[in-house]
Amino acid sequence: MHNKSVAELSRELESGKISSVELTQQFLDRLKQEDGKYNSFITITEEQALADAKAADEKRAAGKASAWTGVPFAHKDIFCTNGVRTTCGSKMLENFVPPYDATVTEKFRQAGAVCLGKTNMDEFAMGSSNESSYFGAVTNPWGLSTGQKRVPGGSSGGSAAAVAARLVPAATATDTGGSIRQPAALCGVTGLKPTYGRVSRYGMIAFASSLDQGGTMARTAEDNALMLNVMAGFDPKDSTSIDRAVPDYTATLNEPLKGLKIGLPKEYFSDQLSPAMEEQVLNAVKEYEKLGATVKEVSLPNAKLAIAAYYVIAPAEASANLSRFDGVRYGYRCEDPKDLMDMYTRTRAEGFGAEVKRRILVGTYALSHGYYDAYYLKAQKVRRLIQQDFANAFKEVDVLMSPTSPSPAFVQGEKTNDPVTMYLEDIFTIAINLAGLPAMSVPAGFVDGLPVGLQIIGDHFAEARLLNAAHQFQQVTDWHQREPE
Amino acid sequence: MQWDIVIGLEIHVQLATRTKIFSGSSTAYGAEPNTQANAVDLAMPGTLPVPNENAFRYAVMFGLAVNAEIGRRSMFERKNYFYPDLPKGYQTTQLEQPIVGPGYVDVDLANGETKRIRIHHAHLEEDAGKSLHEDYHGMSGIDLNRAGTPLIEVVTEPDMNSAEEAVAFARKLHSLVTSLGICDGDMSQGSMRFDVNISLKPKGSDQLGTRTETKNLNSFRFMEQAIAHEVERQMDILEDGGRIVQETRLYNGDRDESRSMRTKEEANDYRYFPCPDLLPVVIDDDFIEDARSRLPELPDARKARFKEQYGLNDYDAGLLSGDAKLAAFFEEAAEHGKDAKLAANWIQGEFSARLKAEEKSVAESPITGAQLGDLVVRIADNTVSSAGAKKVFEALWTGENDNVDAIIDAKGLKQVSDTGALEAMVDEVLAGMPDQVAQYQNEEDPKKRKKMLGGFMGPLMKASKGQGNPKLFNEILVKKLGG
Repeated sequence: MHNKSVAELSRELESGKISSVELTQQFLDRLKQEDGKYNSFITITEEQALADAKAADEKRAAGKASAWTGVPFAHKDIFCTNGVRTTCGSKMLENFVPPYDATVTEKFRQAGAVCLGKTNMDEFAMGSSNESSYFGAVTNPWGLSTGQKRVPGGSSGGSAAAVAARLVPAATATDTGGSIRQPAALCGVTGLKPTYGRVSRYGMIAFASSLDQGGTMARTAEDNALMLNVMAGFDPKDSTSIDRAVPDYTATLNEPLKGLKIGLPKEYFSDQLSPAMEEQVLNAVKEYEKLGATVKEVSLPNAKLAIAAYYVIAPAEASANLSRFDGVRYGYRCEDPKDLMDMYTRTRAEGFGAEVKRRILVGTYALSHGYYDAYYLKAQKVRRLIQQDFANAFKEVDVLMSPTSPSPAFVQGEKTNDPVTMYLEDIFTIAINLAGLPAMSVPAGFVDGLPVGLQIIGDHFAEARLLNAAHQFQQVTDWHQREPE
Repeated sequence: MQWDIVIGLEIHVQLATRTKIFSGSSTAYGAEPNTQANAVDLAMPGTLPVPNENAFRYAVMFGLAVNAEIGRRSMFERKNYFYPDLPKGYQTTQLEQPIVGPGYVDVDLANGETKRIRIHHAHLEEDAGKSLHEDYHGMSGIDLNRAGTPLIEVVTEPDMNSAEEAVAFARKLHSLVTSLGICDGDMSQGSMRFDVNISLKPKGSDQLGTRTETKNLNSFRFMEQAIAHEVERQMDILEDGGRIVQETRLYNGDRDESRSMRTKEEANDYRYFPCPDLLPVVIDDDFIEDARSRLPELPDARKARFKEQYGLNDYDAGLLSGDAKLAAFFEEAAEHGKDAKLAANWIQGEFSARLKAEEKSVAESPITGAQLGDLVVRIADNTVSSAGAKKVFEALWTGENDNVDAIIDAKGLKQVSDTGALEAMVDEVLAGMPDQVAQYQNEEDPKKRKKMLGGFMGPLMKASKGQGNPKLFNEILVKKLGG
């Protein structure tokens, strides 16, 4: 059962071959047995999952089931879950139990899906390797046979590793600068970051509000479509969510790709990319040509500025977003504070990890009096230039394709002491967040036995087209079906 | 040396919306601590602000009332600082694109002149919670009921030159926002709070001096005292050859003392930046026209109407039109009482004195405008004397009875206006006071004669058991005594 997709499990449940309680128990047993190797979960909610499974079986018996009723999955531990602790990978929230659901959590609950627990992540979603989690690094299921533990990417490394290791068929994730696509690429699974505003951010713990977007992770494009069907939509609780009709994302999966115009941004095929990676990506593009697509080179002239702009804007927003973690109302508070200042400084010094503190410092600096114009304002101008680059490109082509990451999964510890090298992990993904565009990472080959991701970028609200393109690719390739040893 | 005083005000006005500016919690005052603070107000992780349309509507109504440009594209910024009663670690406020642009208010001064005070801008923002430092054994209590209450912060140009002008402006603003119904105006509950910027410059100089800001004054009286105090403090420093330090000061009204809170060098770097959780709000023509259609009669227009419709003089019209509730009370009394001038006198006299003595607002008055109007009718038609009317007023106020005529009957306050009966009483009294009658008739000076007339009134009122109409008694006396 653990190798089946959401769509397949849904059909198994519908046929009555297995109950949700049985299925959930099987997944829970496997999860408890296997996750010691990966550390992909922070919290497993066995009791709640079995209760939800029972309720789902009853719903199905009453003829009220939908595609998700009784299907197991997991939430990234950034989505608030009513009554279940939500840590965001931080000591600061080690014991935080929200009294409310995120809108995404609520929607999966209403769909009858069975959440098995909360997946590991970089602390406050800040990281590209899942090594900044207070709950320990996550190990990529791929490449273990070499005797070295590799990173799963980040920040949604727990979700990616759990899906790759077949612990769950699908998991929610979030993407601020590549946090869905890069781990999906490094773990050989399929991930989608929707258009900014497509999925409600309510109850999704904020890192950088103008960039954060909840999204999907599963092995197949079809399962991503099924997830997005649940998650997408306007939410009156999130003023930045967009009031626009949500299509059935599974309905257009089988549209032929004949005539699809693909653009290859030349800046994304530079010397930062190893020839072996480039070859895999170009092979994938050839598959698309076989499916009837046309390919041309395009240019995103300001793409090279994306990392610099991002590392001003994201930390600036984060520095304010994380001010609420002050030890006053909830979360970690230092022992025996002498006075208010002592409580603030020690709570935050002890409660946040090094990467989070680094970004708060960077962001605070960038917003400081006398520096604002040179950093924040300049970065916002660059952001508009980057948006314009993409708008120009989409006048010529339907989708853009590129590698998702510059290299496959690297060995744990390799980049932890060099934040700038770590930041370059997102060199192909970050501009998409700055432009608010949807993008996917789709398994597209292997280099040295490690998965390679193909990034497909669409215009605003082109999720259906991206899912269609990914799904058609997955009909003629089997990269997404490969299983780690 | 002669000095010019230069004053600018920043006024926080709590908007009377039912719910908070970015959450659905109630804004009602006085609830148990933290019972009106939901996940958004507590800044729980992942929660997001959703703007309250009514707060924007009220702000636009204010803008229209002060003749201001309305900001068509209104943005929110985050103002970052740490304080335990500021749950998010930043205040959501407006800096670059406030909802209300430049405007002005015309203020009547005591000397009869009218002065125009310019509004620099007014912006929307959220209030913080309250820190309570008493009764917690060395710890502090935090009450977040107020956190997220919508405010408009009104910032004036430095157009006021005395405490009197500043207070007159503050009163006018109070009158405006209460008339608009966008603020309850209850200063004791912090519904309006004033920060005063003060500087001095040599008389006639066009160079502004260094200013100080005195924060959080919550009554007109404290504001007046604080200005006087600060002007004197600055003057002492300047005349001793010293320099004013730009700083924020706190004024203690009970002790008439102020102390420095922080200097410019110690000021926070608030690191303002646009709030990414809130999109820019576009105010369109329809929204503005809708707000305009909701504008009630404003104090200036009301004052003009009171003069026109009720024949009040400028002074009376000004006093009665400023406060919306007092104005409504007056109109009710004037409609019922027929004699508007008499109603106005009673409201400014007995009624206002009684409210003040019992520290009550107009809304808390135990008597209605209609009741006072009924009383005015009975004074005007000579049913009761003014002394009797005071007794009726007292009975109404204490709730002894709610009907004016019933009180007059029950207390026997009806005046005797039957001329025949009154003449008989006058004859009888004059017969008993021959010496005084002679003295009166021998007096040449009309002023003294008039005074002497009063000597007969006491016995007459006594003879009539207090029910004789004094005015008629007077007329009869003059006639009988021979002018």
